[in-house]
Amino acid sequence: MASIVGYGFYIPRLRIKVEEIARVWGEDPEQIKESLGVTEKSVPEIDEDAATMAVEAARNAINFAEIDPKKIGAIFVGSESHPYAVKPTASIVAEAVGAVPNLTAVDMEFACKAGTTAIQACMAMVDSGMIEYGLAIGSDVAQSKPGDALDYTSGAGACAFIIGKEGIADIKATASYTTDTPDFWRKQGASFPSHGGRFTGEPAYFKHVTEASKALLKKINLQPKDFDFAVFHQPNAKFPVRVAKILGFSEEQVNQSLVVKKIGNTYSASSMLGLASVLEVAEPNQKIFVTSFGSGAGSDSFIIETTEKIKTKKRGLLKKMLEEKEYVDYAIYLKNKKVLKSE
Amino acid sequence: MRRVAIVGVGMSKFGELWDKSLRDIIAEAGLMALEDANMESKDIQALYGATMASGELIGQEHVAPLIADQMGFKNIPATRVENACASGGTALREAYLAVASGAFDIVAVGGVEKMTDVSTSLATTALGGAGDQEWELFQGATFPALYALMARRHMYEFGTTEEQMAMVAVKNHENAYKNKFAQFHNLITVDDVLNSKLVADPLKILDCSPITDGAAVAILAPVEIAKKYNDAPVEIIASAQASDRIALHDRENLTSLKATQIAAKEAYKQAKLEPNDIQVCEVHDCFTIAEILAIEDLGFFKKGEGGKATEDGQTKIGGKVAINTSGGLKGCGHPVGATGIKQAVEITWQLRGEAEGRNTNAEIGMTHNVGGSGATAVVHIFKRV
Amino acid sequence: MESDGLALKWRRIPNRYRLLGSHCENCGANFFPPRKICPNCGRKTKMVEKTFSGYGKIYSFTVVRTPTEEHKENAPYILAIVQLDEGPKLTAQIIKDNNKEIKIGSRVKLAFRRITEDGKEGLIHYGYKFQVIK
Repeated sequence: MASIVGYGFYIPRLRIKVEEIARVWGEDPEQIKESLGVTEKSVPEIDEDAATMAVEAARNAINFAEIDPKKIGAIFVGSESHPYAVKPTASIVAEAVGAVPNLTAVDMEFACKAGTTAIQACMAMVDSGMIEYGLAIGSDVAQSKPGDALDYTSGAGACAFIIGKEGIADIKATASYTTDTPDFWRKQGASFPSHGGRFTGEPAYFKHVTEASKALLKKINLQPKDFDFAVFHQPNAKFPVRVAKILGFSEEQVNQSLVVKKIGNTYSASSMLGLASVLEVAEPNQKIFVTSFGSGAGSDSFIIETTEKIKTKKRGLLKKMLEEKEYVDYAIYLKNKKVLKSE
Repeated sequence: MRRVAIVGVGMSKFGELWDKSLRDIIAEAGLMALEDANMESKDIQALYGATMASGELIGQEHVAPLIADQMGFKNIPATRVENACASGGTALREAYLAVASGAFDIVAVGGVEKMTDVSTSLATTALGGAGDQEWELFQGATFPALYALMARRHMYEFGTTEEQMAMVAVKNHENAYKNKFAQFHNLITVDDVLNSKLVADPLKILDCSPITDGAAVAILAPVEIAKKYNDAPVEIIASAQASDRIALHDRENLTSLKATQIAAKEAYKQAKLEPNDIQVCEVHDCFTIAEILAIEDLGFFKKGEGGKATEDGQTKIGGKVAINTSGGLKGCGHPVGATGIKQAVEITWQLRGEAEGRNTNAEIGMTHNVGGSGATAVVHIFKRV
Repeated sequence: MESDGLALKWRRIPNRYRLLGSHCENCGANFFPPRKICPNCGRKTKMVEKTFSGYGKIYSFTVVRTPTEEHKENAPYILAIVQLDEGPKLTAQIIKDNNKEIKIGSRVKLAFRRITEDGKEGLIHYGYKFQVIK
């Protein structure tokens, strides 16, 4: 059975407050914080991008797992902000972590769920015996139109999972739900993404998260109350809590995963960071329910159970990374995201 | 080896010479040198030409035959010498060896750089070629940054201050003020330097030598026939050169230039002299900290005491040893390929008593020319015949 | 052209991405970047690959305020000579961190960042920078 052998993450140090963004656009920060449940979000340095963050997260995961990088047989990087349209982030990661050259690698894109689909791909390759370890990464410098609602939540971060056998948490089962639903998209060559406003809610996020979750629970014959933790994709702090309730999970089960409150929506890394946040504090033999969401649209659902091995690992880095921060203003934020250019 | 003397020198004005091309300024300097040596173009038997970056700056490589032709030399062997900012000093050494060995009797050596035909940005990038492309420049190093790294370490190990470094610039402007060929004719104060814009902390714009156009030429002959051409020949009594690893981070330490120390030691040995015997010296002050390192590495002051010596006025005209009477790179300007030759021109004038307004009445002089952050150092010692 | 200098930089990817250097088994010296001939051993060189840990300390540093064109975007930046724990020194940028004091002797750790880009349509060149750790 496929198992999480290690995890790692990377969140840039810089932050921008909702107040600062609201100041520029003349909006009411209190009303925005109230409706989104987000107070600030992470901002990359100008020399960071989805590839650099993916490498840092991968390095942390490899250190955590204590494995030889040459034993990684596959690397998948899921992102909506790959530095190149053609030339994979995955090969950059492969070279940077020293996994080259005997491995397969490919980039994935499915909005915010590309990273969790990467986990599914690794699971299949490990279970079939094709590889010993697979590295699944979700990494994004989340994009949004300046002044748009998403400007308040689009953060930056990366999360990496190493999948193998007999790790710190077994992945017991997975199920997915996919349709062609255009709730959020970006055409080739467009500078910023577009979205369907309220359409991103019920027909998109809620439909796919609930359907994938119900399908998995039915497949495995478990109920929400059987779980210690639940993790849902976090475009803001409200949706995951609402969908939890719809499915029959409680707010308490979801709370630990809500990194969005501090760093915003990290797109492809979002659900993965939620899961990592839970793994940071979980005890052995606890059950975790995870369902991601990617616009376009689809959801991947997982049932994960921690093992005794989780106690043997040094955890706690996420808390440190969340607390290490420095604030920037809106101009620096735009400059660092390369929205403010001089040519 | 035969004894060799300088029998003629010349230089163009140093500065931003918008009206003049590389060919114009080298011809000007060449003509002055020929007149000084009482020679005709046909008397020159070989030419060494020094320019660091003519390719990047004006798209012209193969400058040696170009320089030879511009100065009216016909069909003689012409060779370009390139060692970054030590191109001139190295070319002088090659010319010296050509005469000392007996291969030639009359050799001309010309250094020239035309830096203002491109943007400051491109000129700075061209200069960057003196450093390690792959491991320094790619990483974001610039020349001011490399010397700033040396300055920071010198301050950390010896307590050298930013004020002491500023005093180098102040003195060199004082000297340049009296030199009609120099780029700058303005006097500056320590406060002017300290308040000038930061370039690479702690170095500020007035700690840095400028971008300059200029040319300098010297004509060499064996001592035994020198007086035929000039009443006051100046003998090259020592010529030494050393190299070191190109990247600053690969050096033994950041507070000395080992290449300077080795070349200086060899030069003193050849001349049978000691540092105290040198009365006037042109050193390579591409940045103020470079002069402080130089006066220590050449043996004039103990390691770590260069800042204090400058502060105490020991390197002024009238001090223990007059450093950079021409104004140095900072005050006179730094047309890269020309600098090493200009240093020899200045020392020649000093030893002849022809350095108007800034004579030191010295009998023994020295020049010190460095490439990059210290991967090359060339030292010459001169004495009136 | 976007492909100028392509192979020149590609060759250095393993060195720049993961600090791959070399070690002379004859005299025990470590080198970064790797080199063929050991300066101590000459023809007796026995060079093998060595990947450095990424830990070191600041030997000297400055703040570059007038960078070359390709580094303009990042300016002003801290440039340092870092001495790796294993011995060799190298030149690298230090990641800005207003919460930490950066001085000679500060302990640093390897980070992976964008170094330069060959214009809008050209390649991105990644490599090493260092961050100060407590």
